[in-house]
Amino acid sequence: MSGALAPGSPQAGLRGVRHARMAWLFVVICALAAACLLSVGIGTRSVGWAEIAGGLRGHTDTLGHSVVAVRVPRTVMAVLAGAALGLAGAVMQGVTRNPLADPGILGVNAGAAMAVVLGMAWFGMARLEAFLWTAILGAGLAACFVYAVGSLGRGGATPLKLALAGAATSIAASSLTVAVMLPRNDIAGGVRSWQVGGVGGATYDAILPCLPFLAAGLMLCLASARSLNLLALGDEAAAGLGARVDRARAGAALGAVLLCGATTAICGPIGFVGLVVPHLCRLLVGVDHRWLLPFSALTGAILLLCADVLGRVVARPSEMDVGIVTAFVGAPVFIWIVRQRRVRDL
Amino acid sequence: MSLTAPAPLAARVASLRRARSRGRCRIAALIGGLLAVGITLTLSVGHSVTPPLDVVRALTGGDVPGAGFSVRELRLPRAVLATLAGMSFGLGGVVFQTLLRNPLASPDIIGISSGASAAAVVAIVLLGWTGAAVSVAAVLAGLAVALLIYLLAWRDRVSGARLILIGIGISAMLESIIAWVLSRAPAWTLQEALRWLTGSVNGATVDQALPVLLSLGLFGGLLLGLRREIGAMRLSDDTAAALGVPLLRDKALVILAAVGLIAVATAVTGPIAFVAFLSGPVAARVTGPGRAPLGTAALIGALLVLIGDFVGQHLLPARYPVGVVTGAIGAPYLLYLIVRANRQGGHA
Repeated sequence: MSGALAPGSPQAGLRGVRHARMAWLFVVICALAAACLLSVGIGTRSVGWAEIAGGLRGHTDTLGHSVVAVRVPRTVMAVLAGAALGLAGAVMQGVTRNPLADPGILGVNAGAAMAVVLGMAWFGMARLEAFLWTAILGAGLAACFVYAVGSLGRGGATPLKLALAGAATSIAASSLTVAVMLPRNDIAGGVRSWQVGGVGGATYDAILPCLPFLAAGLMLCLASARSLNLLALGDEAAAGLGARVDRARAGAALGAVLLCGATTAICGPIGFVGLVVPHLCRLLVGVDHRWLLPFSALTGAILLLCADVLGRVVARPSEMDVGIVTAFVGAPVFIWIVRQRRVRDL
Repeated sequence: MSLTAPAPLAARVASLRRARSRGRCRIAALIGGLLAVGITLTLSVGHSVTPPLDVVRALTGGDVPGAGFSVRELRLPRAVLATLAGMSFGLGGVVFQTLLRNPLASPDIIGISSGASAAAVVAIVLLGWTGAAVSVAAVLAGLAVALLIYLLAWRDRVSGARLILIGIGISAMLESIIAWVLSRAPAWTLQEALRWLTGSVNGATVDQALPVLLSLGLFGGLLLGLRREIGAMRLSDDTAAALGVPLLRDKALVILAAVGLIAVATAVTGPIAFVAFLSGPVAARVTGPGRAPLGTAALIGALLVLIGDFVGQHLLPARYPVGVVTGAIGAPYLLYLIVRANRQGGHA
């Protein structure tokens, strides 16, 4: 970019950008591998390298092996959930053209959690597949509702209106969740697990059913990268360039909803990952969604893994749920973003 | 109007003022009457229904078989606490809304209630404190959060939109502290835990109501004493200064008093959802334009908590804490407010 004045240099500049992006991609993948290793190795009980190696090969002879064997599915879950939330956040920010969009802030996670609780209480749901469908339905309804309320009237969906609509929806949803659960002693023990999300206690049995949903959401989101680039120019410009605005927006939003709903059904509501990660990635690779979306997924996985490891370390011998750690990491970033913007843009 | 002579105009303004103040008295009387009905309902309806006459006899120390204990020991503290906490929330809320000139800037949305709540939860669950110490911790935390939000929202000047958004962010963080502390509390304290998520007046005692009464007397009295200054601050900082209000000192006093009201009540009942947010706009709606409706908002707050508690206890299939009911009322109203502000094209 520095040599933009020399003839032929745009090509060189683009190549430079691509080299930088490839370098960042390498760094991010290495960081992800390191974070996975940390997540397997660090916890309430410390284990040695030999035990990690044995546990990864599936031995469960010693306590150390078993600990590693428990941590592996947890790590897988954290990677999947983090990637899903990071990607969903990037897509939501693109679809709403709004820097504060996040599945937590917009009440999508709360909607999914409420739908699952209602299903458990009123329809006696107990199977994971049923949870998944209900959570995705709840996430979709909450997303449509918040977006509709936030974009009514003149000015469209400003960050302030969307955030307020999301906050109101979250409060209403959690109020209803408590109201439904309170008289039901059989499910009331789960109230807290639907207030804060965590990846502890994940098993392959819980992960497997959500894979198709996550895969479908991933495909939809990644496929919409090009149209998100067009949408970033504004609806009229995007339509002029041949994008089918409504269809592109609906497809991308459906992908994000699938990702959020499936994640919330397994882990409970985890906030702020989808807010922080895209902003970080924009600093690394710029605003091109074809790069931004995969990077958001990778970085989201790293963030959630690190948050999970941190939650295991800070509160020894017990653990801190990952949703709490991400709130502590995310809220300052949220405030920083708000402070960056001019009042008129809010 | 402009064609009429000055003297008749003054007379008309005076008569309008009189009419309006008469109307205001009538409305205050009406709300007071409703409040009395609410208190009577709380006192007389419980596991069994006690006729009002028996309630009066039980309260004046008479011996009413089968009802004396429940009226004096169970229902009276509940009614008193609900009324006092509701007044605190209503008054504190309307002061914030007036000061920040935005109905959405109520302490339960911008995180001040969450701050007080988080401090109270930490003090009770982790540190094992009780009584006045919890209230003091809640007040200090509420003030600290208010100061933090104000400072973070400062860029050249404080804008309402930025302040609300920063408040939402801070309150998300504080809510997660509350959830974390509660997850460390023993499992059998679920009922207690839910108080800190939604707010409730279950198991009220006279001892609990005492700090709320004191703070209402002290801070509420201070706020009512400063009502002229609050009315001037509503116009704008410059206008208030031009009208001769010593702005910084009075503003600091007013914020201190409002945070104190909210925090002490929150330390006892938990953050009863949306009472602080609802009372001000409802009061403004019933009293019409004019002065900031401080007293009316306090009465409306008390009414909301009493009615919400009654509905949650007796009219629904299961027994719910009051916060669940007020949350269910408040959230749609918040959405309505957002939609209406959008339609007017104003800034929400």
